[in-house]
Amino acid sequence: MQRYSGFGLAKHALSHHENWERQWRNPTPKKQYDVIIVGGGGHGLATAYYLAKEHGIRNVAVVEKGWLGGGNTARNTTIVRSNYLWDEAAALYEHAMKLWEGLSQDLNYNVMFSQRGVMNLGHTLQDMRDIQRRVNANRLNGIDSEVLTPEQIQQIVPIMDCSKNARYPILGASWQPRAGVARHDAVAWGFARAADALGVDLLQNTEVTGFKIRDGRVFGVHTNRGDIEAKTVGCVAAGNSGVLAKMAGFRLPLESHPLQALVSEPLKPVLDTVVMSNHVHGYISQTDKGDLVIGAGIDGYNGYGQRGSYPTVEHTLQAIVEMFPIFSRVRMNRQWGGIVDTCPDACPILSKTPVKGLFFNCGWGTGGFKATPGSGHVFAWTLAKGQAHPLAAPFSIDRFHSGALVDEHGAAGVAH
Amino acid sequence: MFHIYCPYCEELREEEEFHPKGQAHIERPKDPEACSDEEWGDYLFFRDNPRGIHHELWVHAVGCRKFFNITRNTVTYDILETYKMGEQPRVTAESLASQQTQGNVQVASGGQQTVGASSAAAEAIKGEQA
Repeated sequence: MQRYSGFGLAKHALSHHENWERQWRNPTPKKQYDVIIVGGGGHGLATAYYLAKEHGIRNVAVVEKGWLGGGNTARNTTIVRSNYLWDEAAALYEHAMKLWEGLSQDLNYNVMFSQRGVMNLGHTLQDMRDIQRRVNANRLNGIDSEVLTPEQIQQIVPIMDCSKNARYPILGASWQPRAGVARHDAVAWGFARAADALGVDLLQNTEVTGFKIRDGRVFGVHTNRGDIEAKTVGCVAAGNSGVLAKMAGFRLPLESHPLQALVSEPLKPVLDTVVMSNHVHGYISQTDKGDLVIGAGIDGYNGYGQRGSYPTVEHTLQAIVEMFPIFSRVRMNRQWGGIVDTCPDACPILSKTPVKGLFFNCGWGTGGFKATPGSGHVFAWTLAKGQAHPLAAPFSIDRFHSGALVDEHGAAGVAH
Repeated sequence: MFHIYCPYCEELREEEEFHPKGQAHIERPKDPEACSDEEWGDYLFFRDNPRGIHHELWVHAVGCRKFFNITRNTVTYDILETYKMGEQPRVTAESLASQQTQGNVQVASGGQQTVGASSAAAEAIKGEQA
């Protein structure tokens, strides 16, 4: 792998940047691998990278039906935070946060991780009680978190309407200074390039059409490019996880919903942090390019259509304009949807399955992007050792029968 | 935006009057105390979540406030039929598959979707309503 550096940039400028090597190979599938990862999004690529880097398992294929990072990795609102309420979830997301903090160096790829802070607004007394509870829980778990007053909020975000006359007055907020945003495509590309350099085969346009299962044990997958064998298969397919589980002959407690986001025309810098509100239901940040990135809620019905409904867009923009009257004339450029696999307790599933050798990493629902490195890191451990990583253990699929749910609806409800 | 035909109001109304309530035809176990953890967990949490034909429960929240069922395609979002509580769907994945092999896809009158619906299905709905 050609390392990226300032010197390299200067050197390639001499040849008009025409001689950069390709970021990853386009290999033909081999007959057999040690591990197959189904799904070439951020989580799948991160899993492959950490398998190769931390566990020395380099004979790995990532099987992707479209192109790398073309699903939810490219469709989210890029927010990274770890201020979750319960110990189990906080530990998992904070593990990811620590990896985020060194990720650009680790991958030799600028993922543009910008710790600009994330603010969760409270508009009612109950909101504020929940915020205080969550902030206290975060601090006990060693996660930076503070409660802000409306005056402090106004100082950080001068353009927000913090007056008492607002329809839903802002009473306070929780604030995680280490949280922020990252460049979503760069995350997928960075992991892909680094995994490829360690020998992982990234197989694009390769769709899994079935699993090879004998005596309750997986030994490969059927694809549109022929059969590929492996004794360990990890599925990281977000919205399509339920479809894969059906192929393998079991059900998951997931429902797939469209979740949408939209971006505005580019503006001059006006908002240098991330603002989220569960109560009026919208969240917003500004990219380095200047676009406002606005996230909406999920559509209530099941759907695989990768587009959202217009009423949801309207409600979201009402919420944004309510908080930021200054944006009332801003025009929206694009709107899109991703398919999120929501779990009944708003926490992921990182688990063995009834089929031996087949593992699932799914159910991240509306907030998987922030966990990308952590998810890949613990899932790689799980695949390498054949048992759940200690951080993944509470997120076994068994919890839906034992009743040991990790109810994160409060911290995960809207925020991504 | 969906236009949904409420089988009780007998009118096409806009999506915002309705709320989706998940998979239809889920029966609460008759004797919950006698259920194993597996059966109870399956009843509470596990859903079919198909890519394709889905029977789902909706409520006409700001209309007649009654619950009813919709058969909908979760990929094209075409609404294939709506029917009252206690009734069984006329359109199922199996019935559509058998019709398709005969080369004669019929779309029952349940409503229509104005965005992204396949034009063939929309035409079929219009045809049948006319």
